[in-house]
Parts: sequence; structure tokens; C-alpha cells
Amino acid sequence: MMTISEIQDRLRSGGDWKEIRDSFLRRIDQLQEELKAFIPNGIFSDAEPEADSGSLYGVPIAIKDNICEEGKLTTCCSRILEGFRPPYDATVIKRLKSAGAVLIGKTNMDEFAFGSSCETSCYYPSRNPWDKERVPGGSSGGSAVAVASGMVPVALGSDTGGSIRQPASLCGVVGLKPTYGRVSRYGLIAFASSLDQIGVFSRNVEDSARVLQVIAGYDEMDSTSAEVEVDNYLQYLSKDLKGVKVGVPKEYFEEGIDPEVRHFVNNVRVVLQDLGARCEEISLPHTKYCVATYYIVATAEASSNLARFDGVQYGLRIKGRNLLDMYLRTREAGFGPEAKRRIILGTHVLSSGYYDAYYLRAQKVRALIKRDFDQAFTEYDVIMTPTSPTPAFRIGEKINDPLAMYLSDVFTISANLAGLPAISLPCGLHSEKLPIGVQFIGKAFDEKTLFRVAYAYEQATPWHTKFPRFE
Amino acid sequence: MGKFDKVDYLARLIRIELSEEEKELFSSQLGDILGYVEQLKEVDISGVEPMYHPLPITNRFRKDEVRPSLDRDKALSNAPEAKDGFFVVPKVIE
Repeated sequence: MMTISEIQDRLRSGGDWKEIRDSFLRRIDQLQEELKAFIPNGIFSDAEPEADSGSLYGVPIAIKDNICEEGKLTTCCSRILEGFRPPYDATVIKRLKSAGAVLIGKTNMDEFAFGSSCETSCYYPSRNPWDKERVPGGSSGGSAVAVASGMVPVALGSDTGGSIRQPASLCGVVGLKPTYGRVSRYGLIAFASSLDQIGVFSRNVEDSARVLQVIAGYDEMDSTSAEVEVDNYLQYLSKDLKGVKVGVPKEYFEEGIDPEVRHFVNNVRVVLQDLGARCEEISLPHTKYCVATYYIVATAEASSNLARFDGVQYGLRIKGRNLLDMYLRTREAGFGPEAKRRIILGTHVLSSGYYDAYYLRAQKVRALIKRDFDQAFTEYDVIMTPTSPTPAFRIGEKINDPLAMYLSDVFTISANLAGLPAISLPCGLHSEKLPIGVQFIGKAFDEKTLFRVAYAYEQATPWHTKFPRFE
Repeated sequence: MGKFDKVDYLARLIRIELSEEEKELFSSQLGDILGYVEQLKEVDISGVEPMYHPLPITNRFRKDEVRPSLDRDKALSNAPEAKDGFFVVPKVIE
């Protein structure tokens, strides 16, 4: 179970990157069959560093199946992208390669990142390493499983409404969603373009900072990438929190939350205060509208983004009598049920006669949600909430009830709507032996403060040392 | 909320040939979801500007100069059918 700095220590004392890679490959070999973290044919046992040195030299990393890696199968776990091998590298992949990382495989996910359980993958559901009858969360479930089970030290995911933080919470690892625009989306297959952001899974906060350091920064290939300087994150990892003000929004502790989740997240407050922070209850009054707002905005953007999958340029084609018939058959066979539902809903909320009532209204409520945060951040440095209202649920429990599934993202969606950075880290173990996560939400481009608070908490508590055991 | 009655119409717009079972299922599931989002009607949005995007970025232009771009053969390499440098689709005009 090596961290990045342990890998670096081993390399400095004469170790070989190949031995390190092979030790992780053995772990993958041992656990992939039962946990299904990677997609079929998605483990690259001959992966090697493409640079002679770098801050991630020799570090194996797993990549979510919606991030383009040149020549490597990239399918968003959808039949409609069957056989797609991107002709170029995503910007994050280029940066990882230049930093010397070893790109070891592509991880399982909900189809097009539509889901919170990894059950909508066209291949198979991934399994939670703490309890194989439970979901790992989603949509970046495979990346969470790979890190939690020690198959890789770090992995990339993407987060549109909680798709990094919720699986991180359910699998007991650290999950970071950076500020919108902090990391280039070039080469990330788009779900909802105003919400999507690539981020990091790791076993501890330091490794999260190390990977963000490599992938963050302006990229001219992404017109929504921000021209904001990247801080030196490691410099902000310190063990005391004197002067830090933490807002705890009461709306995140109300109905629907598991009592043990509430208990452990409340304990975080006590630890933060012992470290010198001041925690106070605040109110984010529009919280209850986040899920409804999100499912209008996100499906609207998705319906537009998924129009490009039509059997012409890449992926699946089912033959038809004419062009229209080919489209109809290809898209019927290529998309799974959740993708179809979202394309239908998104098209509806954008259609003439309904646009004002749904889409325009949702974008105005979104502005109010953002305004709640802006006001809170005039007084507080970070906001603390549970990441998910419950620990991991059972496979099959919510798959036939889309609305219940959507509500499992109730605490993570607001950061995407407002474009803010947020991190989830383990803060307890439920009586059913399942991890519980706490979320910190920060000001735009203030990942350094998120890392500072998360690191101090992590170092003061034992949770980052707890991982699932395997026979 | 009851069933959503526009699935058939929307399915044609989005070019997906749904089965009868899917139409039935989606009508009831989307009815529930649209019922849930009704709660946005209670929010006072008077005078609020819509937030389409988290960052205050608008049209980001670059100089209109020719630059290297994706090689044509590479761009065609994933096509289900390609010929003479083009994507091939079924006949559009009979």
C-alpha cells in the first residue's frame, strides 16, 4: 500500500519502477475478478513512464474510462463507443505522461457518468471492497475501488454532481473535485459542460495535492480553462488550523441522513476546534433545491453533448434502411436506459414552450445557490458537510428508482452548480463496517485551504490508515 | 405526478427508436422526476440573472491563423465506414 512519497523513497534508494509497477499489477491480478475496478481489456501490464523523471515518476495511476488516452480503448462504459480508440491524449494525460506517471489502466464507471452506483456501466457493476454486495458509489466507482483496494496509489475521475466525492466517501478514500476551470477538460468526454471537472482519488491528502499540482493549470485547448495561477499546494499542508473559520450548514444535517453519518461528521467539528479552527452553524437556504436544479441543468447539457453519438464518426453503428433508420437503431442499441432517460428529460426541458419553466428557471435558482455560498464565504474559509447521506447501499437497491438514486448526490451537487472546489475524506466507520466521509467545500481556486484543513484533520485522526482487508 | 406523455414525441426528436416497454417505463419514471422538480416553482426568482456558467468567461478567441490539427487519417480511424478520406453514411436521397 505505497503512497507517492513512499514510491519516491523507494526509487531514490535504488528501487526500480518496474518492480513497483509489477507489485501493483499483482494486486490488480488478485482482486480485479471480484471487484471489477477496471474495464475489460483495460489493464495495461506493459505501461511504462514516458519521461525520464518528473514529480510522478514511476507512480502507477488508473484513469476513468471517459478520459481520452491516445490509442487506448475509451468507451465511457457505453456500447455506443464500442471499440473507440482516441486519436489524441487529453491534456491531463499529456501532463501525467510528462510527469513520468505509469498509466496502468482504464476504470469502470456509470455509462457516460450517469449514475451514483457504477451499476449503469455496459460491462458490469464494480463492487465495494468493504462489502462486495454493496455499490462503490459512482459514477467514478472503478477509480475509487482501485485506490481503496490498493490496486493503484492514485486514480483520476470526473465529477459532475459528486462522481468523485461520493464514491470516495463510500469506499473510504480521499476524493477531490477541483474548482471549475482549474483542470483542463480537453479530452474528457463531455457529460455536462458547465459542471464537469476532472479530479483525483488518493489514499491521503498529500497525494491528492501532488496529483493536482501536475494536472492543474491553464490550457488553451479548453476554452473554459481558467487563467489563474496554480499554488504550490504541498506548502500549505500544516497541522494546525489557527484562525480558520469553518461554516457548518444546518440544511446538510436534516432529514434523510443516517444517524451514524451525522454523529461522525459532528465529531469532525470537535477535532477541527481542537486544532484551532472555529466552527459555526450557518444556513445555505437554497440547499433543498440543488437536486432539482441539477437534474434540469445536467440533463439539458447532456442531451446536447450526446447528440454527437450517431454511428458516423466513431463507435457503434447498426445498419439501417436509410440514414434516419441507422441513427434510430444505433442510438437505441448503443445507449443504456439511464442515458436514454436523461437525453429525453434534457431535450424536454430545453424545448420550446418548456424552456422558461424548466431550464431558465433552474439557471436562476442556480444563481441563488451560488449566492448562498458567496455570502457564506465572506465570513468563512471552508464549509463542512457530510459527503453522502448514507454509507454504501446494496447493489440493486436503487437501480429501478432513478429519483432515489439522484438523491444520493444531495450533498455533493451544490459544489458543481456553484463551480467550487470540494474534497471528501474518511471520517468514521459505520457499525456495518462501512466508511463514512466528510466533505469540505472551498472558495473558487482556493484548493490550498481545502488541502490545509483536510490534511490537519487527517493527521489528527486514524481514518486514513483504515482499509478493507482481503483473504 | 402522473405519467409523462411526451416520450414518444421526444424519442423521435432525439433519434432513438424506443421499445414499447421502454416507453411505458420512462413515461412513469419521468413523471416522477418532473413531479419532483416542480418544487422549483416555489422559489422567488424575480430579478435574478440566470447563471449559465460558473466562470465569467465569454467568447475566447484566438488569432485566425492556420495551425496543425488532427490528421485526416487519424480522424477517420474510428469511423464505422470511411472511404477516400470521407465518412460514409447510408444513402440520404433515394
